[in-house]
Amino acid sequence: MTGRAAVLAGLGVYAPPKVVTNDDLAADLDTSDEWITTRTGIRERRVADADLATTDLATEAGARALKSAGVDQVDAVLLGTTTPDRICPASAPEVATRLGLTHAAACDVSAACTSFVYGLANGTGLIAAGIAERVLVIGAETIFRFMDPQDRTTSVLFGDGAGAAVLRAGRPDEPGALGPFDLGSDGSLADMLAVDAGGSRLWGPDIPREAHFLRMDGREVYRHAVQRMVASSQQVLDRLGWGIEDVDRLVGHQANARILEAVGQRLGVPAERCHINVGRYGNTSAASIPLALGDAELAAGQRVLLTAFGAGFTWGSTALVWPHIDVI
Amino acid sequence: MGPVYDRVKELLVDKFGVPADEISPEATFDDLDLDSLDLVEFALAAEEDLGVRISDEEAEELETLGDAVSLLEAKGAKVSA
Repeated sequence: MTGRAAVLAGLGVYAPPKVVTNDDLAADLDTSDEWITTRTGIRERRVADADLATTDLATEAGARALKSAGVDQVDAVLLGTTTPDRICPASAPEVATRLGLTHAAACDVSAACTSFVYGLANGTGLIAAGIAERVLVIGAETIFRFMDPQDRTTSVLFGDGAGAAVLRAGRPDEPGALGPFDLGSDGSLADMLAVDAGGSRLWGPDIPREAHFLRMDGREVYRHAVQRMVASSQQVLDRLGWGIEDVDRLVGHQANARILEAVGQRLGVPAERCHINVGRYGNTSAASIPLALGDAELAAGQRVLLTAFGAGFTWGSTALVWPHIDVI
Repeated sequence: MGPVYDRVKELLVDKFGVPADEISPEATFDDLDLDSLDLVEFALAAEEDLGVRISDEEAEELETLGDAVSLLEAKGAKVSA
């Protein structure tokens, strides 16, 4: 590879302090810690207080990423989120301003749980095209409040959080260089995982209450998540010329431990190389990959494969050699 | 039972950790401690291994291993050597 590459220069993570355990949820729902744990691997999740919105979490994670990278300005802010503060405007400009990024372009990236990987790809494009020297890519969600409190099939799965990465222009052969990317989508399955209300299809004062909540066909999502993340990961490995034994860490979208185990098994990545932190956070959607990178205890020089899948459907994967950075 | 049953049995032992001596055509997925997600996984593994797709609706209807094998056979499942 020649030319400019986007290089990971800093990583910051932030999860709101309030912990909600499975037992807490079982107090109001017909479910149990044992049921949730065996089917999902999730033991607890973080939940943002009602007066906090996605920009609050995104700003905190963004500030930590800037500190981790040792920079105080970037040229663009890309905020991956499924739960922006409002339909209009995008949330990224507010985050940029609160971070003091006075000269930055800013927009949201909306690809559900794949948003962070799509954000990395877009940030890489801005840098490769010479449009930006430095890009702040954030994944942030306050998604727990979009769960129907009566729906035990979704409310146990999701949690709130944020993570952010600073990308800088660099060389393709240096540690931290991102890519190649494999990205994809299949809109024929848009209905499988959705929040129906608030967009142009369903708006106005007469929307039924449940249309504001996230609904999901868990079986279809599970099946496609496994197949797409495996195929997409394999694409990236093939293009890099890496064998599966070259992968030191697989960091997949943290939706469900059993999905991650199924992906790891099919790719042939040994279980001890598959990082799973869904037990602590649940599915934090766009925040899941950076939160997982944040506690994977990665060492400089390790080869890391990232893969994600989300509503849309959307999916995406990339890889990097872990650079010398301090996660904050 | 035939080669499809034998392959399904192998799948359950290798991928789902079901003890071989608990597997019989009459055994239900419940008996084998396989939950709803295991059934999705089973359908996915069968698709990859035997080349036939079990839909989620069909998977939900399955009670015993014998049912699953009959469905796979009816759909033309092929066991490769």
